[in-house]
Amino acid sequence: MLACAPLLGRVFMQTWSEIGYDSKIEGDVIVTRIDAALNWFRKNSLWPMPMGLACCAIELMAAGASRFDISRFGSEVMRFSPRQSDVMIVAGTVTYKMATAVKRIYDQMAEPKWVIAMGACASTGGMYRSYSVLQGVDNIIPVDVYVAGCPPRPEALLDALIKLQNKVQHEPLLATLKKVA
Amino acid sequence: MVPALEQANKLKARFGDLISEPAGFRGEITIQLANAELIAEVCEFARKELGFDYLVDISSLDNYGEDPRWTLAYHLRGLANGCELRVKADVSEEKSELPTVIGVWRTANWHEREIYDMMGIRFRGHPDLRRILMWEGYPYFPLRKDFPLAGKPTQVPEIAFTQVAPLEGGPFVTAPGGKDAIEREPRARTPEG
Repeated sequence: MLACAPLLGRVFMQTWSEIGYDSKIEGDVIVTRIDAALNWFRKNSLWPMPMGLACCAIELMAAGASRFDISRFGSEVMRFSPRQSDVMIVAGTVTYKMATAVKRIYDQMAEPKWVIAMGACASTGGMYRSYSVLQGVDNIIPVDVYVAGCPPRPEALLDALIKLQNKVQHEPLLATLKKVA
Repeated sequence: MVPALEQANKLKARFGDLISEPAGFRGEITIQLANAELIAEVCEFARKELGFDYLVDISSLDNYGEDPRWTLAYHLRGLANGCELRVKADVSEEKSELPTVIGVWRTANWHEREIYDMMGIRFRGHPDLRRILMWEGYPYFPLRKDFPLAGKPTQVPEIAFTQVAPLEGGPFVTAPGGKDAIEREPRARTPEG
């Protein structure tokens, strides 16, 4: 390979002036469907809205820090603004007092939006079966992925993000558009 | 380090019959007040003369079934000498009220609000006695002994709601005596097993 590198360089420069299709150029063009392309764009730039309420928020911060880098997966910015985020990560115990605020923030997020319920408390109320804890955030908002753990390791949260990405990839976008007419 | 027993005896010398004999348990001294109405005076003396300048906590007990239903325990500490003292006062359920000690320690503000929120004991003279943990309009006092752990359903429209939390029988129940941990583990079980 190394021996023919100069040869390759010369061949490459020769194809610059060619008109029409060349396999070298064609190799950089992908033909796909709009659904798949849009879903691919969306899944690789899921900006989280961190609803960090309790101890799971510390693990969320750890997932966002350098060792378990969540921005590898496109979640570059933890947007604390619901209008600018795609996925709300509910990390921590949702009390009844906080539930109205969580619902309000969820309503303010723009479509398309997803929810990851991180940890036992957000999924089912966790170890708190009492008068003040909402038994699972799915009582007030629709959840896409549940992460078990108390708190879940950052790798578990990243695994949930990957599962969510798979879900986003398979969303039928334009198919639902056609139903309107 | 002034021993707490000495401080308790000074209190008894000053207030006489209002203060009980100091009781000791594992090095902690507790005194009981005969009349909760004079708590503010006792605390004032404790702070000014005896140097108890830190109110660690105010705790409340529900003696469900006994006549003075409420017992409040004030935990005092002197930061300079490291001396700790517990002052207890009984309040009956019909009254459910006693004077505030905000004039002595400002930190009592939130402690007394918490006691009002959880037990329903009012504090006369408190500038802002409202709920601190539950929301305004919540109709119950949750830490009373006659309030169930699972909670009661409530609805305050536009503000908050509560439901009953599932406790007995599920959804996650252990099955004792299985042959290994996987059989015993807590999970949702059908009535058969």
